[in-house]
Amino acid sequence: MAGISKRYGGVRALEQADLIVAPGRIHAILGENGAGKSTLIKVMAGVVAPDEGTMKLDGREVVFASPAAANQAGVVCIFQELSLIPDLSVADNIAISSPPTRMGLIDRRRQRRIAEDALARAGAENIHPSALIKDLPLSRRQMVEIAKALARRPRILILDEATSALTAADVAKVFVVLKRLRAEGLALLYISHRMHEIAELADECSVFRNGRKVATYEAGTKSDNEVVEMMIGREYVHAFPPKPAAVPSVGVPVLEASGLSWTDRLRDISLSVRAGEIVGLGGLDGQGQRELLLALFGVLRGRGGEIRVDGAPERISSPTEAKSGKIGMALIPEDRKTEGLMLPMTVRENLTFASLDRISRRGFIDRDVETKLIDDMIALLAIKTNGPDIAVGSLSGGNQQKVVIAKWLMNQPRIILLNDPTRGIDVGTKQEIYQLLRKLADEGAAILFYSTDYDELIGCCDRVLVLYDGAIKKELAGAEITEKALIASALNIESMETPKLKAARA
Amino acid sequence: MSEWRFWFAKQRGTLLAIAIFLVMFTIYSANHPAGFSANVVQTAANKGVLLAFVAMAQSLVVITSGIDLSVGMIFTLTNCLASAIVLGSPLSTGLGVVAVLAVGALCGAINGLIVIFGRLQPIVATIATGAVYFGLALALRTTPGGSVNETLADALTGRLFDFLPASLVTLVAVVLVVWIPFSRSVTGRAAYAVGSSEPAAYMSGVPIRRAKFMAYTLSGLLAGIGGLFLTFFTYTGDAAYASGNTYTLFSIAAVVLGGVSLFGGSGSAIGAIFGALAFRTIGDLLFVFDFDPLWQPLFQGVVLLLAVCLGAFGLLRVRNRLEWFG
Repeated sequence: MAGISKRYGGVRALEQADLIVAPGRIHAILGENGAGKSTLIKVMAGVVAPDEGTMKLDGREVVFASPAAANQAGVVCIFQELSLIPDLSVADNIAISSPPTRMGLIDRRRQRRIAEDALARAGAENIHPSALIKDLPLSRRQMVEIAKALARRPRILILDEATSALTAADVAKVFVVLKRLRAEGLALLYISHRMHEIAELADECSVFRNGRKVATYEAGTKSDNEVVEMMIGREYVHAFPPKPAAVPSVGVPVLEASGLSWTDRLRDISLSVRAGEIVGLGGLDGQGQRELLLALFGVLRGRGGEIRVDGAPERISSPTEAKSGKIGMALIPEDRKTEGLMLPMTVRENLTFASLDRISRRGFIDRDVETKLIDDMIALLAIKTNGPDIAVGSLSGGNQQKVVIAKWLMNQPRIILLNDPTRGIDVGTKQEIYQLLRKLADEGAAILFYSTDYDELIGCCDRVLVLYDGAIKKELAGAEITEKALIASALNIESMETPKLKAARA
Repeated sequence: MSEWRFWFAKQRGTLLAIAIFLVMFTIYSANHPAGFSANVVQTAANKGVLLAFVAMAQSLVVITSGIDLSVGMIFTLTNCLASAIVLGSPLSTGLGVVAVLAVGALCGAINGLIVIFGRLQPIVATIATGAVYFGLALALRTTPGGSVNETLADALTGRLFDFLPASLVTLVAVVLVVWIPFSRSVTGRAAYAVGSSEPAAYMSGVPIRRAKFMAYTLSGLLAGIGGLFLTFFTYTGDAAYASGNTYTLFSIAAVVLGGVSLFGGSGSAIGAIFGALAFRTIGDLLFVFDFDPLWQPLFQGVVLLLAVCLGAFGLLRVRNRLEWFG
C-alpha cells in the first residue's frame, strides 16, 4: 500500500499511509483508537474506497470495490464488529460467502464437512456446526468468525482485535493456528491492544498515530515503553494512579451481597464494596462475572440471595430501580454499541438518557440545564467531539466509551459497576479511565470493576474477587494481587492438584 | 439426538403453526355434520389456498425484514387480468396463465427495484406501488365482470382421484417448485442473512441485492398465483379495494401466526401457509358451532392475539431481561 489517504468529512482518518505485508510473516499494527488502524484495514478489505493512493497485490495494482472483491483476491478480514448472521447456523455462516452447491441448491452435507474442517483448523471442534449463532456466547462466536475466515482460504488474513472476546485458553489455541498459518506462507496482519499478545506473535510491527504511520520495526527491538511512547506521542508515565493505603473496614459497606445465585451461572456469591474502594472481578471470561453485574443491576429474573445497600436489603428488579436516587447504581455495560449507546443519536441525547429526570421539569427537557451538564461532562472526561450535536457513532471507540461512562456519571451514582470497560480502546483513553475511577473512589464511590486484563486488575484494584464457574474462587487484597495469583486462581489450579495430592497420600 | 434439538429450535415457529392448524381443523371436522369427508376437505382447501398463496408471498419479503403492503393489490390486479385473458383455446388459455404470472412477478420485481435502488423503506414503497396496482386493476375492471376458461377452473378447484383437492395439490406443487428450491439456494440463504443482519451479510460478501430482488419478485409471482386461483373460484374479475386490503392485512396476520419473525431472518413460507389455513379455519369453526358470521372478525382477532401470545410464551421463561429485546 502506498500513499493511502482517507477523509471523513473534515476528519483526516488516514494520511499518506504506506504498508508492506510479506508472506510468512505476522505483522502487528499498533496505535491508539483513532490512529487510523481501522480505516487502513477497511481500505484493504474493500469496505471503504481510499481518496488517494494505490494498493498492490503481488506487484499488480488492485482496487477492491466491495468486501466480496477483496475476499476473491484472497484478502480476508476478521472485523472487530462481528460479521456473523445471528439467525443462521454455525455451518451456514462459515460457508456464507460461497456455499457449496449441487444443481443450484446448497449441498448441506458438503457444507457440514467444510464447516467441521474449518472449525477443526481454528481449534474449535467443540462448537456444533448446527448451533444457531444467536445461541452462542461471544467468545464462541469469535471462534466461529475465525473458522469462517479460514474456510475462505485467505492469502492475507487480517485480524482486527480478533482475540478481544476470547478466553485465555482460546487465545492460546488461536495463536497455535496463526503460527501454523504463518508457516504455510500466509501474510498475517494482527491488530491488538494487548501488548503481550503482540510480543508473543509478531515478526514485525508498525505503529500508527493520527492517521500516519510513525514507524515499522522488527519485533523485539523496542521496549514496551518505547512502543507506547510512539503510540501516544508523549512520555509514558505511571499507567496507573497510586492506590491509597487500605480502606479502613469500619462502618457499613455501600454495597453488600450474600448468597447470590442465578440458574447455574451464579453460585452462592457474597461480596461487599465500601465507599472509596475499587473491587476487581477476575477470572477467565465467562465465569459468571457478567451475570453477577447484571444480577446486581436488576436485569436477571429469579435471582436468589440478598442485596443490601447501606446495610438495608433492597429488592432491585430493574435498571430503573437500580439507578434511582435511593440506590444510585450505574452499570457500564460490556457492549457499548448495543447496550451502551444509541449510535445514530447525538452525543447530547446519549449523555442524558440515564438522567432524564434530573434535567426535566414536568416532563419536558430543560435545554439550558441539559447543555450545562453536558458541557461539564465533555470537559470532565475530555471527550473529543465536534460539539454535542453530532452522532455518537461517528466518534472513535475510546471516545464512545467515554460517552457511556459520562452518561452514568451524570446521574451521580454511588455504586459503579463496570463490565470490561477498556476492551478495544486505546492506551491513552485507558489511562484516563483508570485515573477517573480512582478519583471517583476517592470521592466516595463504591466501584466493582470486571476486567479481562490482568494488568488492570493489578494496577487499579484494592481487592480482587476471582470467579470460577459462577462462584468466588479466591479473594486477593493489596500485595497479594499478582499476575501469578490471578492466573492460578482463575484456572482453579489448586483444586486440580488436590486429587493428585490425595492420591499421593493414599 | 442433539441434531434434532437444533432442528427443532430452528423450526419451532413452523411446527407451532402446524400444531395450531391441526388442533383447529380437528375440532372443525369433528363437529361438522358431514364429518371428515372429501367434500369438507375440498371446501376448506379452496377457502384456505387463496390466503395461503398471499401469505407465502408476504413471508418471502418478511424474511428479508421487509414488508409488502402491495400483495393484496397484486392479487386483485392479477385477478382482473386473468378474467380478461385466461380464455379460449388451450393455447390461448395457457399463454394467458403465463402472462398473468409474469405480470405478478413484474409487480413484485418493481417493488424490489424500488426498495433496493430507491432505498425507500419497504412499507412506504409498497403502499405506493399497491395503490398503482389497484389503479391498474380498476382500469381493467371498472365493474366486476369478465370470465375464465371454466374447464381449467373446474379442474384446478375440483378433486383429483375423487378425494384430493386439486387446489391443495397445486399449493404443494408451488411449495416444491418455488419455496423449497429458493430456501435451499444461495439466494435464499442470502435472503435470511439480509433479514437477520444486513451489515453482517454485507461484510460477508453475501449477494444482498439479488436476494432482495428475488424475494420481492417471487412474492409478486405467488400473489399472482393467488389472483389466478381467485379467478378460478369466482369465474370473474373484481377490482375490490376492500378485498385487496383485507388480503394484505390477513397475510401479515398469517405470517405472524405461522412463526415468521417480523424482524426478519427466521421462519418459513410453510409456516406462513399453515398460519393462513389456521386463520381461515377460524371462520369455519364459527360456522359449525352455529355462531352468527358477524362474529367472525372479532373471533379472528382474538385467536390471532392468543396465537401470538403463545408464540411469545418463551419470553416468560427468559431469566435475563436483556433477552427480551434481542
